[in-house]
Amino acid sequence: MKASAPDEPMSIGASDPIAVNRRVTIDVPERFEAAGDILFAVRRLSVDYGTFRAVDDITLDVRRNEITAFIGPSGCGKTTVLRCFNRMNDLIESARVHGSILYHGVDLYGPRIDPVEVRRRMGMVFQKPNPFPKSIYDNIAFGPRIAGFKGNMDDLVEESLRRGALWDEVKDKLRDSAYALSGGQQQRLCIARAIATNPDVVLMDEPCSALDPIATLRIEELMTELKKDYTIIIVTHNMQQAARVSDRTAFFTVDVKDTGARTGRLVEFDSTGKIFTKPSQRATEDYITGRFG
Amino acid sequence: MTTHEEMAMVLAGVPARRRRERRIRRFFFAAAATSVVISLAIVASLAGEAWTFISNVDLSALRSLGWFPRRGMYDIATLFAGTVLVAGIAMLVAAPLGMGSAVYLSEYGSPRTRRILKPVLEVLAGIPSVVLGFFALTFITPTVLKAIFGDAIAGFNMLAAGIGVGILTIPLVASITEDALRAVPRALREASYGLGASRMTTSIRVVVPAAVSGVTASLILAFSRAVGETMVVAIAAGATGGSLFSWDPLTNGQTMTAAMAALAIGSDRVRGDDYAFQSLFFLGLLLFLVTLILNVVSERFVRRVRQKY
Amino acid sequence: MNAATMRIAPEAVARALTTRRRDVKGTVFTAVLVATLVAAMAVLATLLFTVITGSLPVWRSRGVGEFVTSQMSADPEVAGIWQAFYGSLLLMGFTAVIALPTGVGAAIYLEEYASDTRFTRIVNANIRNLAGVPSIVYGLLGLAIFVKLLGGITGPDVEGRSVIAGGLTLGILVLPIVIITTAEALRAVPTSIREAAIGVGATPWQTIRHHILPVAAPGIFTGTILSLGRAFGEAAPLLLVGGITTFFSTGDSGLIETLQGRFSAMPVLVFSWSRLPQGGFRALTAALIVIMLLVLLLINGAAIYLRNRFEKGVSS
Repeated sequence: MKASAPDEPMSIGASDPIAVNRRVTIDVPERFEAAGDILFAVRRLSVDYGTFRAVDDITLDVRRNEITAFIGPSGCGKTTVLRCFNRMNDLIESARVHGSILYHGVDLYGPRIDPVEVRRRMGMVFQKPNPFPKSIYDNIAFGPRIAGFKGNMDDLVEESLRRGALWDEVKDKLRDSAYALSGGQQQRLCIARAIATNPDVVLMDEPCSALDPIATLRIEELMTELKKDYTIIIVTHNMQQAARVSDRTAFFTVDVKDTGARTGRLVEFDSTGKIFTKPSQRATEDYITGRFG
Repeated sequence: MTTHEEMAMVLAGVPARRRRERRIRRFFFAAAATSVVISLAIVASLAGEAWTFISNVDLSALRSLGWFPRRGMYDIATLFAGTVLVAGIAMLVAAPLGMGSAVYLSEYGSPRTRRILKPVLEVLAGIPSVVLGFFALTFITPTVLKAIFGDAIAGFNMLAAGIGVGILTIPLVASITEDALRAVPRALREASYGLGASRMTTSIRVVVPAAVSGVTASLILAFSRAVGETMVVAIAAGATGGSLFSWDPLTNGQTMTAAMAALAIGSDRVRGDDYAFQSLFFLGLLLFLVTLILNVVSERFVRRVRQKY
Repeated sequence: MNAATMRIAPEAVARALTTRRRDVKGTVFTAVLVATLVAAMAVLATLLFTVITGSLPVWRSRGVGEFVTSQMSADPEVAGIWQAFYGSLLLMGFTAVIALPTGVGAAIYLEEYASDTRFTRIVNANIRNLAGVPSIVYGLLGLAIFVKLLGGITGPDVEGRSVIAGGLTLGILVLPIVIITTAEALRAVPTSIREAAIGVGATPWQTIRHHILPVAAPGIFTGTILSLGRAFGEAAPLLLVGGITTFFSTGDSGLIETLQGRFSAMPVLVFSWSRLPQGGFRALTAALIVIMLLVLLLINGAAIYLRNRFEKGVSS
């Protein structure tokens, strides 16, 4: 089987002036939409694992070039909801998704949607850094390569590492194993890897929970930078982090039934300033002020 | 086209790639399906000829003096007795040596001892059965058994064969028992030691009972392996023409497997005017069923271990 | 407690904590356990010793090279093992060609593609059962299908008792082991790598090919090599499929002819030689066994070397 048989993605719309050699040739009509417009419209999203309902009836909007944070106690389904955006829940056999997530107006769970295409347009950063057991260079290059990137890979790798605030530290050792980096560096590598395919969204699942405070701070600074070009959704345990970096915040909680079943639901979704100073729900206020959770 | 429709087209993916992925998946499925095909083929090929045998052979021939297929005597009991005899002797050898080694390695041995001794067991496991057969014939019988039994023992005998099969099976017993012992949580041992129990008490009265399912599984599996073993018996117990019913370990004899081998090589052809050829498959079917049952039972025990911890 | 006992002298404590009685039972038990281990090792040592000493006459009078390259013969003075040696190599090659792709493919399907349905569980259980089937039953399968049924293809001139038939039989015998060890190697690949690859938009095959297989490769190769070692030592199935003939190719025919011709293999030769009355064959058989054990040592050594060499590979 030939390795380099490329999958020619369809390029649509006017040829984007930026989408030349240095970028993957995926034209997404993002250039025609403005910052602040709604990118994702989540409507009545529910997720079941078998007979057990993990999250129930979530409705919210995610806007372009903003950082949207999901906060709440553990087990409230924030990660489950996050993983719905790039169809990662498909990996779990018993998972069933109800409701809809509209991305650029298209329902991600529609019948003809190919999850692989979805994932190529969204980057994901996981809780524990998970670089491939390959060189730093190959970690970045893998995604674009399989998406059919034909341009100058060296430039693309450098660009991605610069945007991930890692270039200066690794430019002399691109061929070294990614495992030789520190935890914080590995996570920045994973961020760089996520943006190498030129997504318009970056999904982050508690990206700093395995890192020390200094590494955490660097990543938070990086996020604020990235927001100019990407839309970011971040799940975080750390309320202060959400207050520091995000524009909008969704607060989830978990309902425990008599049977012991835990189902997550959305309590409140608003601009971060409002959530943290004048929340409209009692439950939100309790969580923020530490009275529970 | 609106941007939404364009987006929907993009997200629908590239048909060529999806086709290729489907084709790749089908290829791997075919590989997995061969395993099923093989099982069916085994059953089919055995059943077909075995049925010919059963339907054509007079049932009285199944209870004769002994197993002499070329003379039309198909006393199954002879072969069962031989199989049980050899497997029984093998277990008498393998069980103590295998379990003892496993308990030592698991409960007493230091990491250094384990590093030296485990490879020894692995080497033993890799020795082909023909080698053990040769060893049984040329060493165990003349040197060991003749010294004990003198003239009472023949050059070809079932005792040597049983010992040889037992030696072959020691590593199997040892490794499965050791796995079972290691699966017992440390917390259990620590509780026992914490109460002031000695190592012997902890091993015998706490760890082994906790691992009983796994140990039983290993013994059943070892017995199954001993039942299925051919070459050691074929070389060391002789009896290519047939054998009389006997429980005597000091003379020659046949197991189901050795009888099959004898049929295969007899007169250089597996054919005959009698039903010798079909009897081969009949024995094969019996052997297959017996080992299948033993293996399934053993697996039940292994699953019980996994469930507990 | 009175005042006298409240100040307990250190010597009293020391005395109480030191075991005075000798743990006889414990020592005996340990001795018994050690004895079992020693017995197992002694058996192995004796076996190797008798085999090696038994083979010495052959090395002294004829040397290794001559022994291995001489033709098989009924005369113990000149008999060698060449055809059996060559036959074993051919069979192992054949077995690898059959079992490796099919086994790895099946394992990939079961671990990476198949969902956890009843059918998948049945297939898995079936493979485990196949692994426990006695090798002679595989010989029956080979006899029925590759010799009798397909004899025209596998070996038209020899009634189907050819290298091909033997190789196919051994390949099928070894297949369940390859599947099981490969599946284990695949399962050992951390899920985080899988998730990372999928998150970046890799298709199932791309994930397998670029990330899972490279990481699992050492384990897969080790398992395959070990199963080849198992195939190397098998005699029973080959007996049924015709490997005990005394006339066979001398090696100067083309590949297809050789594959379709009669064959012998080293374990089968051990069997036939041990039945021959002439005393001279005792030493020859011992020598043959020594060669076999050396080959096995090579095979297992290669597997262990591979495993150690690549074990460093994926550690973080």
